[in-house]
Amino acid sequence: MDKITQKLMQKSESTKKDSLGRAISLAALSLIVIVVISIFTFVMSRGLSTFFHDGVHVKDFLLGSTWNPSVINPQTKQPYIGALPMILGSFIVTFLAAIVATPFAIGTSLFMTEIAQKRGAKIMQPIIELLVGIPSVVYGVIGLTVIVPFIRQIFGGSGFGILSGTIVLFVMILPTITSMTVDTLKSVPRHYRESALAIGATRWQMIYKVVLRAATPGILTAIVFGMARAFGEALAVQMVIGNAALMPHDLTSPASTLTSVLTMGIGNTVMGSLQNDVLWTLAMILLLMSLVFNLVVRAIGRKGELK
Amino acid sequence: MSKSHRGTIVTTVVAVAVVAALGTAYATREKGSSGTSITAVGSTALQPFVEAAGEEYAKTNLGTFINVQGGGTGTGLSQVSQGAVDLGNSDVFAEEKDGIDAKKLVDHQVAVVGIAPLLNKNIGITDLSIKQLQAVFTGKVTNWNQVGGKNQKIVIINRAAGSGTRATFEKFGLKGAQSIEAQEQDSSGMVRSIVATTPGAISYTAFGYIDKTVVAASVDHIAPTNKNVAAGKYPIWSYEHIYTNGKPKPAVAKFLKYLTSEEIQSTLVPKLGYISIHDMRVIRQVDGEITVK
Repeated sequence: MDKITQKLMQKSESTKKDSLGRAISLAALSLIVIVVISIFTFVMSRGLSTFFHDGVHVKDFLLGSTWNPSVINPQTKQPYIGALPMILGSFIVTFLAAIVATPFAIGTSLFMTEIAQKRGAKIMQPIIELLVGIPSVVYGVIGLTVIVPFIRQIFGGSGFGILSGTIVLFVMILPTITSMTVDTLKSVPRHYRESALAIGATRWQMIYKVVLRAATPGILTAIVFGMARAFGEALAVQMVIGNAALMPHDLTSPASTLTSVLTMGIGNTVMGSLQNDVLWTLAMILLLMSLVFNLVVRAIGRKGELK
Repeated sequence: MSKSHRGTIVTTVVAVAVVAALGTAYATREKGSSGTSITAVGSTALQPFVEAAGEEYAKTNLGTFINVQGGGTGTGLSQVSQGAVDLGNSDVFAEEKDGIDAKKLVDHQVAVVGIAPLLNKNIGITDLSIKQLQAVFTGKVTNWNQVGGKNQKIVIINRAAGSGTRATFEKFGLKGAQSIEAQEQDSSGMVRSIVATTPGAISYTAFGYIDKTVVAASVDHIAPTNKNVAAGKYPIWSYEHIYTNGKPKPAVAKFLKYLTSEEIQSTLVPKLGYISIHDMRVIRQVDGEITVK
């Protein structure tokens, strides 16, 4: 065999590099997949053992309204494990924060993309990006020292509660929703705007009837992302909500969320005991909810693609 | 050519970094196994004491390293009964914690901590009886004027369920009654600042956290002081326990002996707000029975 044939038969340098690159990416990918699967298996197995090992009824857990896992109810011989107060607390703060944040986010992003593009890009963009990166404990401390006393002065009581939690979460998710909305608005094709203006629409008509309509799926995705962040936020909420596992009956009395009960209790319980298992079940609910948020985002993305 | 050069440089830097990291890891591991490393995990109330004593101990006992972590009483007890750590710090007797096989564990009591009811300054109350405490925390009374204070709504602030401070307060301050569900905070410092700023607030903390911003009420006319606890007069106190899984190893036993030595008990223990185990003139059993020493 002569030299040329040999060279042609052998793997070239580039082919080798090609397969090396492929191998590295594959390794990274499989590591991530393994981590995700392990987390899911672990949380699920611990969370489900409340129902299979400790014999708690799913209905009692999801719909019961008294939470005190270390005390046995003398009537039913079951511990008090009603998680409804926390589940409701989590959903209420999440939805309220999203409802309050959305108009502000849309307004800000419209200003940045449609009304004052230059200033928006120069001043607002960096500010929003900075806000996204502020650690949640900072929001929590500000909530504790500013918002809680403020609420206490206006509404009385201790100042801790859903309202304080909502305000803190509103500030936290506002930059998330805003920056994603800005990206969506920017991706609306330029000729949509031009066509609208060409047939005589005012700027507001163009924004309201064309840009916002075209960007609706993207804006919804942004809101869901913000809600996912609010739902999973633990520290800042825990600091201002008061952590009382009571059914929320008004906005200014202490309440609790899934995350706040989880972080408060996990160090004080013994691995493998019922008190610990029920906390894992709360973690499982959180995990399943983040899955739901993801599915919602995908569904919105599929349904509302620009045609 | 320059591109491939850059690639070589990056590869070299990465390789060196990896080797250095592995080397450091190896070196630290070597130190850990040739010297002695004692790991303590658990109660955050006991953590500062074990940490401070551990540092002192390491100064005189070179090569011994005391590694102290928090995590809570539950974590400490479950880790030590699994044999994952040498010492499990706990605010309560292991027998009182669900899911722990207390027979395997050996109790070492290293300090005593007193717990006082904490009231907001404007309530106008400086003394509460056990009966009144029970009434307040079980929700039987909801206004301070029902127990001799101002016309002000009672705001209860609890520690997290399962925390040692709360367990001790409910056991001895409320005579075993459970507090009603109310807002919970997970640290004593936080509790104090909330009580100080919230009108009508009541909670409880270890003596070490009492300061001028709040009122530490006396219980049945007995002031919450170290002296009254040591004499067995003031009822709300608990031991700080360090548990070992079975009989401790010689190195661990030496450290435990150091913790209860006169030197540490008379300096570090009072400095950090605990009560020395040697000052106690009474002994309390798991079931709460008190005998005079």
